[in-house]
Amino acid sequence: MKFGFSEEQEAFRDVLRRYFEDRSPTTEVRRLMATDQGWEREGWNRMNSELGLAAIAIPEAYGGQGFGLAEQCIALEEMGRALVCSPYFATAVLAASAIELAGSEQQKLALLPGIASGETVATLAFCEDGGSWDVKGVALEARGDGTLHGTKSYVLDGQAADLVVVLARAPGTTGTDGLSLHLVRGDAPGLERRALQSIDETRRIARLAFDGVEAEPLPGATAPVMERVLARAAICLANEMVGGAERLRADALDYVGMRMQFGRSIASFQVTKHKAADMLLDVELARSAAYYAAAAHDEADDGVVALASLAKAGAGEAYMQTAIHAVQMHGGIGFTWDNDTHLWFKRAKVSEVFLGTSAEHRERLVAYWRD
Amino acid sequence: MTDLREQETLEELRGWLADNWDPERGLVEWRSMLADSGWGMPHWPREWYGRDLPAGFTPLVDAEFDRFGALQVTRSGIRMLAAATILEHGSDLHRQKFLRRIITGEDVWCQLFSEPGSGSDLAGATTRAVMVGNKWVVNGQKVWTTSAHKAHWGLLLARTDVDVPKHAGLSYFILDMQQPGVEAHPLRQMNGHASFNQVFLTDAEVLPEFQVAASGEGWNVATTTLMHERRAADSLRSWGSAGQPGTGRIYEEAQEEIRTAMAPYSWYPQRAGRVDLVMPRAHETGAIRDPVIRQEIARLLIMHKSAEWTAMRARTAQQRGRPQGPEGSLGKLASSNVARLAARVHTMVSGADAMLAGPEGPCDGTIAEILVSFPAASIAGGTDEIQKNIISERVLGMPKETRFDTDRPFRDIPRNTVS
Repeated sequence: MKFGFSEEQEAFRDVLRRYFEDRSPTTEVRRLMATDQGWEREGWNRMNSELGLAAIAIPEAYGGQGFGLAEQCIALEEMGRALVCSPYFATAVLAASAIELAGSEQQKLALLPGIASGETVATLAFCEDGGSWDVKGVALEARGDGTLHGTKSYVLDGQAADLVVVLARAPGTTGTDGLSLHLVRGDAPGLERRALQSIDETRRIARLAFDGVEAEPLPGATAPVMERVLARAAICLANEMVGGAERLRADALDYVGMRMQFGRSIASFQVTKHKAADMLLDVELARSAAYYAAAAHDEADDGVVALASLAKAGAGEAYMQTAIHAVQMHGGIGFTWDNDTHLWFKRAKVSEVFLGTSAEHRERLVAYWRD
Repeated sequence: MTDLREQETLEELRGWLADNWDPERGLVEWRSMLADSGWGMPHWPREWYGRDLPAGFTPLVDAEFDRFGALQVTRSGIRMLAAATILEHGSDLHRQKFLRRIITGEDVWCQLFSEPGSGSDLAGATTRAVMVGNKWVVNGQKVWTTSAHKAHWGLLLARTDVDVPKHAGLSYFILDMQQPGVEAHPLRQMNGHASFNQVFLTDAEVLPEFQVAASGEGWNVATTTLMHERRAADSLRSWGSAGQPGTGRIYEEAQEEIRTAMAPYSWYPQRAGRVDLVMPRAHETGAIRDPVIRQEIARLLIMHKSAEWTAMRARTAQQRGRPQGPEGSLGKLASSNVARLAARVHTMVSGADAMLAGPEGPCDGTIAEILVSFPAASIAGGTDEIQKNIISERVLGMPKETRFDTDRPFRDIPRNTVS
């Protein structure tokens, strides 16, 4: 289903859209982004008990619903649209994928049900101070005695997570050799967590310092597995971005339809109309790529990693461009704090670089497709 | 149609093909038989060379021709636009005189709509048709006319009344192209090809019975022609084949016909940017090692694939009978963006060689042809500007352009003084 959704999928989307319109209006987004953590357990628990969102893509054997990435991406698109403040991406996308793809059977049985229910808030600590989403950039050491030494940065919900999946390497190794993943409790001795101030207050990031932290290894962490984890995350983020871009586009269109200047609706100016048409094209192309990549993942197509980079780079550019146009279409009011446009603008900016910049993903795409 | 009737109809067709198909027949002879039997245009009325079958059944008929290895009528080209228009708006005289020779391909047709002074604004045509004695006398200039130099008949949109608002003053005629008052000259494009003509009409004559619909109905009739043109544009690629390749006189004639019909369009793939050549060229020139160029190649591939998938989403929605989303209106605009970016990337990839045209140029001149053909992608078949108006008004529901030409006589509307 690369080019369309089933009736069931459409119905699922409708339910989610109504739910988030009700539960995550921008007044609620603004309330939550002013809190220390950026989200609240109560809303997170409700989202999971009422809709089972964290469980969507987790296999049934581990307490999940066993749907595909396509269904998870529908949820993410709707969350991106409503700018839902929650640890969903960190928990149900990053940590869940890492554990599912690299964990032992025993670890999956022990950990995934808690993630699926929303009880465990988890995250993946991948990049470090350099900000590289390439495994070659990993320096944090996992020593022979099972302790971790080093720092991780830009860790999504890193300060609030109950469980952190940490990417490390064996001392003395470089490149794609010696990689390993480890489970660390959020309150583990020797782990120091510091919140970083992000442009986007609806999504929190942290810097984590590991000073001899005891950790449990996941057996399956290799470079190709990490590539798959990142590919899934990139596809998820692309779909979330499409949801946000569409919201910005639609809101800007509504606004110009109401705004009168020079005795006429500014939507009647051709320069505004043509910009609106360009915005629609940008969003629809990004949407097609995001949908395609998610379906290709579920259909186990070859080259999903390349498609993930394509979708991520495409959506990243489209989201940011849409955000810039959306502020412009609002004029002065679009630059104010009270207007909601900046909430998505900032998410667009952060999403553009999170999991790798558009330029990095373009480079990866050509590397995959050059032959 | 019930399944049973469908099966009976196809059974009848198989019998007819078995009795009549012979690859050593001439193309015109075979098509005459298709016209008389109604199998060539099965969705047309029985009295006019058809079989009154539902339009949705025609693909099944065509598939049967394919299976049998028999040639079906070529349902493209301006002559088929003429047929659709005549069937819908013409008189029985028109149907009698023209439809059969349209099916057989004996008559070449052309479309005389665009003018130097009215491109996007087609209804602003100024070519005049005036009744002098018992004939219409036509004066004016038409442009972008495919096949005008060899056409027998032209579909003509002309102004018969300047005292009413513009759309109401237009009339539609079938013009005899082989008369002294009609002169066709090839129009050379910036890429050196001359795929179209300009047509000068100087006291050209049309008999009253060759007018289609009443005076003032021309815009309505032209809309029918244009609607069919849009559909045909979508299936232009199907020109490339003539059924199963076989041996025999009829295949040779059919191949020759396709070659002649396609010749003016040899540059069309280049107009679209030839994204397929980018990666091979980048390896050939070594540009693949340049990180800046790699970025641009990736941008192009992302846009190109995304546009392709967007078109597939539109097609899927259509096949499922779902209401068309915005994706259906974006294809034209997306493809001109792709063409523009592709030309830029080809330039980066080729470097100094991008200056060279002809046999010494990269890819035997194909790259040069891309670089001087892509501007057509954002003009032909509706400019980007018109596409964006359509998208913003029809898809996004934004206000229509303010018009100054609909509520007063055409003679009072400011018009081009240069063209």
